[in-house]
Amino acid sequence: MVLTNEIIRNKLTEKFGDQLGDWSEPYGTLTFTSDKNLNLKVLQYLFDEPSLGFQFLTDLCAVHYPDNEGKELAVIYHLHNLRENVRIRYKIFTDIKKPDVFSAYALYSAANWMERETYDFFGVNFLGHPNLKRILNIEEMEYFPLRKEYPLEDQQRTDKDDEMFGRI
Amino acid sequence: MSEHVTLPDGHIEKQTTTINLGPTHPATHGVFQNIIELDGETIVSAEQTVGYIHRAFEKIAEHRTPYQITTLTDRLNYCSAPLNNFGWHITCERLLGIKIPKRVDYLRIIIMELSRISDHLICNSIVGVDSGVFSGFLYLMQYRELIYEIYEEICGSRLTTNMGRIGGFERNFTNQAFEKLERFIKEWPPVLDEFDNLFIRNRIFIDRTKGVGPISAERALNYGFTGPNLRAAGVDYDVRVHTPYSSYEDFNFTIPVGTTGDCYDRFLVRDQEMRQSMEIIKQAYQKVQEFKGAEAEVFHADVPDFYLPDKKDVYTKMEALIYHFKIIMGETKLPAGEIYSAIEGANGELGFYLITDGGRSPYRLHFRRPCFIYYQAYSELTKGGLLSDAIITMSSLNLIAGELDA
Repeated sequence: MVLTNEIIRNKLTEKFGDQLGDWSEPYGTLTFTSDKNLNLKVLQYLFDEPSLGFQFLTDLCAVHYPDNEGKELAVIYHLHNLRENVRIRYKIFTDIKKPDVFSAYALYSAANWMERETYDFFGVNFLGHPNLKRILNIEEMEYFPLRKEYPLEDQQRTDKDDEMFGRI
Repeated sequence: MSEHVTLPDGHIEKQTTTINLGPTHPATHGVFQNIIELDGETIVSAEQTVGYIHRAFEKIAEHRTPYQITTLTDRLNYCSAPLNNFGWHITCERLLGIKIPKRVDYLRIIIMELSRISDHLICNSIVGVDSGVFSGFLYLMQYRELIYEIYEEICGSRLTTNMGRIGGFERNFTNQAFEKLERFIKEWPPVLDEFDNLFIRNRIFIDRTKGVGPISAERALNYGFTGPNLRAAGVDYDVRVHTPYSSYEDFNFTIPVGTTGDCYDRFLVRDQEMRQSMEIIKQAYQKVQEFKGAEAEVFHADVPDFYLPDKKDVYTKMEALIYHFKIIMGETKLPAGEIYSAIEGANGELGFYLITDGGRSPYRLHFRRPCFIYYQAYSELTKGGLLSDAIITMSSLNLIAGELDA
């Protein structure tokens, strides 16, 4: 039996009902969201249920939507069923003021560094992570650089002293 | 002289030694640090520090146009830069829904497989160096040079290639490029055989690598391993077969797999992959030669909005000038969308997670770097092994600092 997006969706709806929402299929990848406190339950179900078998965590990252009040940070899991070769995308949203999300480390060892990276850049606080500290940036850093409130330097700016940059 | 030596009273406390491998250590082949705790010569634990060459590519990419991002991807896995370039271009093409002509696909496959060879040959010969054979490395370098000369013929640069465009190549392959390719096809296989003679049945090499740094298939999957390292553990997952891109479905090749996931298997898998890549290159070259007439001249898709026009036209034609200006200044907007697109990089699944909001540059671009994901298993791989095993495990994982740190 081929595992189609429709079957996955029906399976998940059967189990979780209305708790999952925002179903869409951008470029063929089934995408859905849920409440952030449900993330481990959903991931565990996707992992354990034999007919779904999403046991491979391809990618975990975050996105910052500053205008999305109360749901500024999205944490995105890309899961892969290698047998059936189906990918799905699962998103949860969290408040930037209290960015606590349960860690998926117990389920996927791969989540260890992925979550550290996400914490490093977005400040998502993964509860239950064994070693949640910065990974790519220096440990003394006090901000989370990939958030949208930190713009890159304007390439047109003219107020720089050229002498300091060896341009004269 | 006949007196007995009396030992001083007291006892020696058992303690562990901590040593640093890196950040700049000849054994790391890149800038990252391993803090290894040793009990005698046995490894108790290993902790990694990465990020020494972190350049914030994901942040920078949020302010750049697609072609400016290509140059960032060069610097991920710099041993096989064209793979990253094409991976990014394929992501853009999927987002834009561009249909790529077959000839372009085949030309791309030639280059992608060449870079896979150039990446694997470095990795395998470095494993050789770390087990005490320097000559293999020096010998193979000569043949990587042949690959780099082909790159040079196609795009003008060698290491950080910035090759290709959205939709194809910047120019058609010249006759010299094909001549150089033919030379490589002819000269490389006997060299690889010779290289194998140095290692594969070599007692010393087998003793040094067999059973060193092993991982089970189950653990490898849980750790998110992909590419040769996963296949060495016995899982035949390859993006080229699972989700064919760039017309890989037209080719006949096998996916080598190992059983134990140790250094020896990783070496063998890479070795066999180089041979399979060679087969693919031969088939692709054959297919490229079969195109006749106008089809034989096609080297890009027709996407004026994103494909930079020929320089000659830019200077003489109004329309080409406008497109050139728009593309360079980033006036062409990317359509809003969300896509995860992966290709089989030299180290595994190289993924691009691209979110666009209809602006000139990505809203968010995340690189799934295979290196970064499997390096976290290093502690588990080396635990209980010897210090010298740790070094050979590190090189057989093929850790590229650029990809690790993005």
